[in-house]
Amino acid sequence: MADFCMPSLGPDMEAGTLVEWLVKPGDRVKRGDIVAVVETQKGAIEIEIFQAGQVEQILVNLHSKVPVGTPLARIRVEGEAAPAAAQARPAALAVPAAPAAPAAAAMSLRAPLPVAPIAAPAAFGGVRASPAARQLAEQRGIDLATVSGSGPGGAITYADVERRLGEAAAVPDKKTAPWLDLDAMRAAIAAAMARSKRDIPHYYIEHQVDVTACEQWLAQHNAKLPPDSRVLIGALAVKAVALAARRFPAFNGFYRDNRFEPAPAVHVGMAIAIRGGGLAAPALHDADQLSLGDLMSRMRDLVQRTRAGRIRSSEISDPTITVSSLGERGVEVLYGIIYPPQVAIVGFGKTVVRPWVVDGAIGPRSVVTVTLSADHRTSDGHAGALFLAEIGKLLQEPDKL
Amino acid sequence: MTDIELRKVVQEELNNIAPEIDIAAVDPAADLREAMDIDSMDFLNFITAIHRRLGIDIPETDYPKMVTIDKAIAYLTAQCATKAKPRGP
Repeated sequence: MADFCMPSLGPDMEAGTLVEWLVKPGDRVKRGDIVAVVETQKGAIEIEIFQAGQVEQILVNLHSKVPVGTPLARIRVEGEAAPAAAQARPAALAVPAAPAAPAAAAMSLRAPLPVAPIAAPAAFGGVRASPAARQLAEQRGIDLATVSGSGPGGAITYADVERRLGEAAAVPDKKTAPWLDLDAMRAAIAAAMARSKRDIPHYYIEHQVDVTACEQWLAQHNAKLPPDSRVLIGALAVKAVALAARRFPAFNGFYRDNRFEPAPAVHVGMAIAIRGGGLAAPALHDADQLSLGDLMSRMRDLVQRTRAGRIRSSEISDPTITVSSLGERGVEVLYGIIYPPQVAIVGFGKTVVRPWVVDGAIGPRSVVTVTLSADHRTSDGHAGALFLAEIGKLLQEPDKL
Repeated sequence: MTDIELRKVVQEELNNIAPEIDIAAVDPAADLREAMDIDSMDFLNFITAIHRRLGIDIPETDYPKMVTIDKAIAYLTAQCATKAKPRGP
């Protein structure tokens, strides 16, 4: 058994007021979980636990001010045998009064005690959430009742509200927002990118790819087609990334709960700039399976719907890797920030004509710089280089894409 | 189709792509991609819309002739004329 104590949150802190419990007796906790919130002179601070185990007992009442070092809860650490009362649980089911007795005895030794088992304050409508999550939700006008919590005991964390914000920005309320709310979208971008920069150890590599073959092939291909069937080089880029992602599964999937889950399908998130300053990256489902013509029409449809604020929820939730392309204008290199929980983003800069050596002779070629930003928790630069080189190779044979 | 009618069609279709822009304020001699922040997909949508509306199929090789409002109108005027010829007296 271990005590979870009021921590010292700075040399000047003598006491703190316990304002919120995010766990209740019986909840399992792991190292790093936020289990309580303490109000100090510095404001409300989320308190993490550094022991894995099960919450045995809550020792301090809500809104109690206690000195640093005061035990706040008792934790049965992992591997520790359950106390006699708990061990006897199967038998105790028949005699409910029995296990309550030792708990009552312990309670009498330690006052004050929780009045009710960690009911959330009524003002919060019975929803358990961290203060940071509440604050963010309040600022952004998100109803906490619409957010699903992933914290201990289903409590809503800051990250949960961030995720909800992302959904809210991507799927605006059609009744009230015929136009996209770019402020909300900006807030969601900021939240997602801040989380990415905070949590994901990015590494970056780049590769210059000769796309002359792509341009020549497209010129021939499109010459025979009416405008609505023409293919843009962006579709070749997405297809090449999708095919490469299928061959290199370490770049296609999600990093969640401290582990990487490779995705069985390749859903390429397409970064779409929105006029007036917005950005979304909805999914092109099964991009590796689509013909270039189908992929192109899906891209056109997706861009149109995204800009009109009509993305489907699945398109927002399930991209497995993202492609961001600057198009024909702008600059040559783009270093993307991974959209969590994905693990990679591939960037395409603007195509430029450069002197290039082909078969021993220098000539003008169309060159694009392709970058990879990837998550070091799931892959290394070596694998990243092979993945990026594969994209470059695939773009040498556009007719096979 | 008169120059004025063509100008109206071009402006309407550009406005569909960039609804927030006051098309009358766009310099008709400026590169649309820069003046209106039009990307390659927007431009393809513009070409597609013109094709649907006027029946003029603009090949990719002629895209450079469509990059300003004035150029687009001159190009489309010429195309209308050649298209109209076979049907003439």
